[in-house]
Amino acid sequence: MILIEKTLAMFNTSGFFFMTPGMIVMWAIGFTLIYLAIARDYEPLLLLPIGFGIILANLPLADLMKPHEGLLWRFYHYGIQWEIIPPLIFLGLGALTDFGPMLARPVLIFLGAGAQAGVYITFFVAHAIGFDLKEAATIGIIGGADGPTTIFLATKLAPHMLGSCAVAAYSYMALVPIIQPPIMKLLTTKEERVIKMKKLRKVSRLEKVLFPMVSALVIILLVPAAAPLMAMFMIGNLFREAKVVERLNHAAQNELLNIVTIFLGLPVGATMNAETFLQPKVIFIFFLGLFAFMSSTATGVLLAKLMNLFTREKINPLLGAAGVSAVPMAARVVHKVGAEADKKNYLLMYAMGPNVAGVIGTVIAAGVFLTILR
Amino acid sequence: MAEKILAPLAGKVFKVYISVGAKVEEDDEAIIIEAMKMETPVFAPCSGTVKEVKVKEGDTVEEDDVLAVIE
Repeated sequence: MILIEKTLAMFNTSGFFFMTPGMIVMWAIGFTLIYLAIARDYEPLLLLPIGFGIILANLPLADLMKPHEGLLWRFYHYGIQWEIIPPLIFLGLGALTDFGPMLARPVLIFLGAGAQAGVYITFFVAHAIGFDLKEAATIGIIGGADGPTTIFLATKLAPHMLGSCAVAAYSYMALVPIIQPPIMKLLTTKEERVIKMKKLRKVSRLEKVLFPMVSALVIILLVPAAAPLMAMFMIGNLFREAKVVERLNHAAQNELLNIVTIFLGLPVGATMNAETFLQPKVIFIFFLGLFAFMSSTATGVLLAKLMNLFTREKINPLLGAAGVSAVPMAARVVHKVGAEADKKNYLLMYAMGPNVAGVIGTVIAAGVFLTILR
Repeated sequence: MAEKILAPLAGKVFKVYISVGAKVEEDDEAIIIEAMKMETPVFAPCSGTVKEVKVKEGDTVEEDDVLAVIE
């Protein structure tokens, strides 16, 4: 008798009795992301842990996201809410980023800034269709195509949308080769696409060493709210360019970056539970996120065309699309679309300029939102 | 007259399709350079015979390095 009672009690305390249809839908979403990561190679470093995190957060009684107790909640709280992980990711990105192509042709920085116009356009559109200002800003920043920045801003302005905005940002980043080319071709003529760029000048070591220090000073003084990301980005870059701390440089861009990536994906996925995620609003977030990517691409290209009206040395307007900071995917797309028009046109390195400038641009855009809206 | 194939960008030599003595047509894919995890083909600038190949697979090249000479 006792044995039967105990067995029944065992069933009652198992999660099976507490499953809801919403949870099962969330599992399906989690599995879909894992599938896209494994079978399609869509941003696997992020979408794989995010997908698994979604499934884990939707297991009844496991309480992995229970405040103060759950394991994933602790990762989330101490890693993301405490603003530790996104800046550490930026440390690694800084160590990985070569600002050489940008410094060789500083005028291309404007293209990195131009593509941020899509962020603001989307911000206004999102607000117009009913999102509040903080939510609209978080959606807009998706257009910057920068995952850690999106997560950083969402945590501060609209934590309930963190999961969906991060997933939108990372999935569209994986789709950059599909989203961008039609817009780039629509807005340019064949004559413009075949424009060859003038050779990049050599950038001296002094410039490369001074750049992270000078830009950290200027940008943080200008937009103090961007300080956590910008500070780590630039110290990472200084590790790289100083050439005397190879061990730190190496650790920042390899081991440390890999470790924090694990602790970024899981809790971000885990913020997506059935109650907060399965809402009609989320569909709008995904549509607006796509719109943000598209409008950033368009404004980048259009700005390049505008600059061509005033400059003697013509810029290939495709480079504007690289201002969308998905590094280096957007630059690769620019290169491929350019090579389609003229197979001997090698735009890759020129595109890296606006591409890395776009990262800085997105961080500044996030800083501006924080300053105004918080 | 000899023409040089120059590296259009810095990267790693991923594949070398040509060998000394081989005939190439203008615009043939001669060498593939990998940069930013992307394979970029480098084309023969003219038709002719390969006189010299200066790089092998796995080499790191800088922009404007001579990759091969065609005659």
